[in-house]
Amino acid sequence: MNNGAIIRTDNLVKNFGDLVAVDSVNFEVMSGEIFGFLGPNGAGKTTTMNMLSTILKPTSGTAVINGYDIVRFKNEVRESIGMVFQDPSLDDTLTAKENLEFHAVVYHIPRSERERRMKEVLDMVSLSDRADDRVETYSGGMKRRLEIARGLLHYPKVLFLDEPTIGLDPQTRNYIWEYIEDLKKREGITIFLTTHYMEEAEHCDRIAIIDVGRIIALDTPEQLKNDVGGDIIRLTTEDDDAALAELLERYPELDMINDPEYRLCFERDKGEEFVPELIREFGVKIVSINIHRPTLDDVFLKLTGKEIRDDTGDRKGSMMKLAGQMGKTGRR
Amino acid sequence: MEEDQVSVGEGEAARESAEQYLHRTSFERSLTGIYIVWLRDFKRFWRDTPRRLGAFVQPLVYLFLLGTGLQAAFKVFGAGNTKYVTFMFPGILGMTVLFTSVFSSISILWDRQFGFLKEILVSPVPRPSVAVGKVIGGATTAVLQGTVLLVLMFLPSIFGFHWSTLWKALALIPLMVLLALAMTSVGVAIGARLKSFEAFPILMNFFLMPLFFLSGAMFPLQGLPGWMDFLTKINPLSYGVDMLRAIALKGVNLTSSVSIASKLPAEVVAKLKADPQLMGALQKLLPKMPTVKTQIYPLWLDVAVVAGFGAVMLVIAIWEFNRQE
Repeated sequence: MNNGAIIRTDNLVKNFGDLVAVDSVNFEVMSGEIFGFLGPNGAGKTTTMNMLSTILKPTSGTAVINGYDIVRFKNEVRESIGMVFQDPSLDDTLTAKENLEFHAVVYHIPRSERERRMKEVLDMVSLSDRADDRVETYSGGMKRRLEIARGLLHYPKVLFLDEPTIGLDPQTRNYIWEYIEDLKKREGITIFLTTHYMEEAEHCDRIAIIDVGRIIALDTPEQLKNDVGGDIIRLTTEDDDAALAELLERYPELDMINDPEYRLCFERDKGEEFVPELIREFGVKIVSINIHRPTLDDVFLKLTGKEIRDDTGDRKGSMMKLAGQMGKTGRR
Repeated sequence: MEEDQVSVGEGEAARESAEQYLHRTSFERSLTGIYIVWLRDFKRFWRDTPRRLGAFVQPLVYLFLLGTGLQAAFKVFGAGNTKYVTFMFPGILGMTVLFTSVFSSISILWDRQFGFLKEILVSPVPRPSVAVGKVIGGATTAVLQGTVLLVLMFLPSIFGFHWSTLWKALALIPLMVLLALAMTSVGVAIGARLKSFEAFPILMNFFLMPLFFLSGAMFPLQGLPGWMDFLTKINPLSYGVDMLRAIALKGVNLTSSVSIASKLPAEVVAKLKADPQLMGALQKLLPKMPTVKTQIYPLWLDVAVVAGFGAVMLVIAIWEFNRQE
């Protein structure tokens, strides 16, 4: 499946006035892989993708896609790629089929092949029975699927997906991921996607973590998590300052992680053995303890000292639950 | 070409693109691009029934409500009769073409708003084709609206049901096409620049209405104060309206003075008929109606100005699309 890099960037830079949106980005995407661009909103994911897809002109640097330079061979690059934008880009007043026809003509798909290919992609996203309905009657998930189908119509070498599942319910999200993985298997197509959902990044063969316009890590999700080390442990106590002092005194080598919400956050091998040992003779009263295997969230946290997502409600919620349990244990 | 290619996957990509180039020349690509952009805009227009109706009703309102009212008003001010509705007809035709043309460019704003523009811009369709497709698409709707209006020419209150009316109607169509292409180019050149709908009413008030009022569509460009006369002369649309009027009003006498006979009792008229000299002298006492020019510039100049202006605007429109990001 791997026969070299299909995308290779060369010090890609994009400035918007004084703002450096993408700051000298270098990476390679191998042919046939699912490559994810993970980062918070505003990190430069979409800007990078827009440069790669020739919509935005790089301020400096360039990239090569399918053998074509994105600055000098725009048209060849455009023919090599399929694009699914973050925001909808269908014509609502046209039917699904008409949207696809437009695409087919614009991408020079021979007339004799159009019908067959349209049927093929519509079948793939299970929209054949709605092919002649106007897109305005579609649900959000159906529109997304149609956009993916459209992006594939001209058999691109690389499919770009900008936040492919944003705003979709979990069921549709899974559905779309099934398509993407199926696609990779069947067509050997290279998929380049951006996301700020950690769970989604797990589907990728490799991910680049991007923050403030720079790639700060690039590896397989497994390796990235392994790099964080052991388990992630978060404590809340009645007196965090005293607890921190005691922690560092007892474990001077402790690898603290700069978590904006939990002052006592660190990484430790064999966390499940470490915690009982810690509680046994800890001077400060512990309110809650949370231990888990590192997630990509933690990878990002460790690298940047901040959360990747704007809504941290979920994790805090589960932490509260644990806190309740620990409270009982503590009293015993 | 081959030298410029960068090393990754070079062989395969080069071979494929060579094949592609053999199969379809860039000229063919441009044409199919224009065609599909046009087709889509046309479909959108055709499905938008309110827009179709609205664009048809507006000229009727101007022509029959404003036109009839002003025709009567001129009778009050002056002593004679004015075929104002007839005079106004080519102007309304010009207005319809102008407004439909320029407004059709709002489709670019919709495309931008609803993201479809990105689908177009990321595709390999040549950018000039997009601009030209949009221009032809807008012009098509404008000419259709105008052509529907041409049917009204046959009404007795306008030109009447004559062969000459039919010839005029047929001759007007190519002129409308020219005017529509020029005006849609203006619209597309502006539309490609606008990023939001907020600017549209401003454009309407500060650009379109003055353009329309200074075109001679509603009143003859005669006896105007110097500054206004100057503005009408630099207004490309006044050449467009003049062009339409030159054909539509050919051989039409727009004003006629009131006959003295209608002012006197029948028996006096009968007596006066015996003395044509006296009759003529009396007629001269009544105010004379001025002649309204049906054409200000020669037709070739009208066509040249509209075509030249359109060409410049089209170049700007294409340039705007080329640099779209």
